[in-house]
Amino acid sequence: MVNVMVCIKRVPETSGQILLSDDAQSIDARHVGYTLSSHEECAVELAIQIAKATDGESTVLTVGSQDAVEQVRNALAVGCSAAVLVEADPAAYGPADVAQAIAQVVRAREAAGTSYDVILVGNDAADTGDFQVGVRLAYALGRPVLTGISTVEMSGDTAIAKGKGPEGTEVFEIPLPVVIAIQEGGIEPRYPSIPGRMKAKRIPIDTVSSPIEPAGTGRVRLELPPAQPSVVEVLGEGPEAAPAVVELLYRLGVVTK
Amino acid sequence: MSSAVLVLVETDAHRVTETSLETLTFARDLVKRRDGAQSHALLVGPVDADLRATALSQLADQGVDVVHVAQHDGLSAYSAASWATAVVAAAAASSAAVVLAPGTPRGSEIMAHVAARLDTAMAANVVAVGEVDPLVVSRQVMGGAVLELMRLTGRPAVLTVAGHAVEPASADHSTQPEVNELQMDLLETDLLGRVVRVEASELDDTAALTGARVVIGAGRGAGSANGFDGLLELTRLLGGALGVSRVVTGLGWRPHHEQVGQTGTRITPDIYIACGISGAIQHWAGCQGAKTILAINTDRDAPMVTRAHYAVIGDLHEIVPAVNEELQRRMG
Ligand SMILES: Cc1cc2nc3c(=O)[nH]c(=O)nc-3n(C[C@H](O)[C@H](O)[C@H](O)COP(=O)(O)OP(=O)(O)OC[C@H]3O[C@@H](n4cnc5c(N)ncnc54)[C@H](O)[C@@H]3O)c2cc1C
Ligand SMILES: Nc1ncnc2c1ncn2[C@@H]1O[C@H](COP(=O)(O)O)[C@@H](O)[C@H]1O
Repeated sequence: MVNVMVCIKRVPETSGQILLSDDAQSIDARHVGYTLSSHEECAVELAIQIAKATDGESTVLTVGSQDAVEQVRNALAVGCSAAVLVEADPAAYGPADVAQAIAQVVRAREAAGTSYDVILVGNDAADTGDFQVGVRLAYALGRPVLTGISTVEMSGDTAIAKGKGPEGTEVFEIPLPVVIAIQEGGIEPRYPSIPGRMKAKRIPIDTVSSPIEPAGTGRVRLELPPAQPSVVEVLGEGPEAAPAVVELLYRLGVVTK
Repeated sequence: MSSAVLVLVETDAHRVTETSLETLTFARDLVKRRDGAQSHALLVGPVDADLRATALSQLADQGVDVVHVAQHDGLSAYSAASWATAVVAAAAASSAAVVLAPGTPRGSEIMAHVAARLDTAMAANVVAVGEVDPLVVSRQVMGGAVLELMRLTGRPAVLTVAGHAVEPASADHSTQPEVNELQMDLLETDLLGRVVRVEASELDDTAALTGARVVIGAGRGAGSANGFDGLLELTRLLGGALGVSRVVTGLGWRPHHEQVGQTGTRITPDIYIACGISGAIQHWAGCQGAKTILAINTDRDAPMVTRAHYAVIGDLHEIVPAVNEELQRRMG
């Protein structure tokens, strides 16, 4: 039995145009909504698969406000079996704070008899992209950690993890308990079904207040990069533009023959 | 008190990588702005004599004062924790005020370990330095759509430099770096997360995409899994690599290792020919390093078109085959 915890973060949806709040401290997402990093969607899927394969539990956890219940319910709807909301003002929490808060909750639950053999996080959050919560969490708990992992399988007390490296697929064999940061690419997240959503509604979300005083993010303010004036030169329309395209390729030295 | 700016340098089998040269160039500006600071670099891992000689001359060209070389039996296979042990040792040996690495997957991973061990803040994907003391940096967030000004009060400050934040350039005066063979002890726990083997697989092609001089991009406009014939033919004719949007990998039309973007590969070709791709910010994050962008799109107002250098407006299924034909005609 392998108990898995997966940590997720509610982030603004930023595929479209981005607006800043008036004080430039945050993204104004009122009109665009919220989502998860695609890395975390894969981590949620993996958590469910590992727990299923080993008859363990998959617990989703987030450090955030009550609003993040929306993302937690989505994870329950696709198959996580338990949920924890660590209530905190996410804007006040830097990556080191988030890691400390999660570590304390994990320790408290382990002291009370529920242990987590595998803790999954995303490789980097879609908003702040700090690339560090998983690693800091591992150090806080004194556990080994892998990042940039796209698939994980259990073999007894060892996790066999694979990720993309500079020379091919890198394979790791790491003893449990472990923290693993997941990268999109090896796993296909599933989408919630209606019965899944109904079932999720009945699972209680264990809400705890944050056990730590945050040190903060160091954020001075956000800025939108200066708009680049369009310099596009339209070479033409339709297939008639083909000679102009080929001419360009020769001019740029891309074709030399 | 003397202080140093320390750069973790990545190498391939033969030389210091391009992103590391960017980071060294970036760091040199920081050294200049910190009176009396020294420039230090760190080489880690199996560094053979040829690589060492090439790297030292590249680092001399970058104006580095001291090069720390970490060699150890435990560094024969990569693990982030053991690389971090080397960085922490070099940071102590140089009393570094700032430690930098390229914002590559490994650079980010190692720096996260370093920051956790030194209990100091880390800024990922930095593009510029604002104030030097206390350090305020500007870094990419939201996949590059937004910049965050972030203050780093801890010492040393730890940061990774975003790809293409600066153009790599030689120092005004090259140096004759002093070499320090770094003494370090690895713990058993440092080795738990080491690579046990590398499997040749389709993922290898990612390297082709990263290094390609020509990348043909394909998005939803390809229409279906069968819509790639012309695009693959163009890729072959130009000796390039195919890169795709997440819609394409998400729909299972092409494998994930071909994905370009924030959650895919970041490419730096001489030309990126983006066909049927709208240019969402997360895609742009991966292709903005292209020298020239040519967009082929039915929509004159798609962000990929307005941000490109060149564009052809129309259906890629008509335009790409016509380009292929014209290419074949001229190439004979
Ligand atoms: C956290 C997060 C991470 C993400 N990471 C990535 C990433 O790494 N990479 C990535 O690509 N996306 C990523 N995305 C998704 C991104 O936001 C976009 O949804 C995606 O890039 C859109 O792909 P597309 O341009 O192929 O499709 P669309 O946005 O649907 O655009 C299709 C384009 O094709 C044009 N077109 C249609 N038919 C034709 C035709 N016959 N001929 C020519 N042109 C045609 C249309 O005019 C349109 O411009 C991410 C999103 C999130 C939230
Ligand atoms: N507030 C949070 N609550 C829970 N998990 C988080 C939170 N912030 C970050 N994480 C996790 O840590 C990963 C890496 O985040 P970051 O280091 O901030 O880029 C994310 O993908 C999440 O899985």
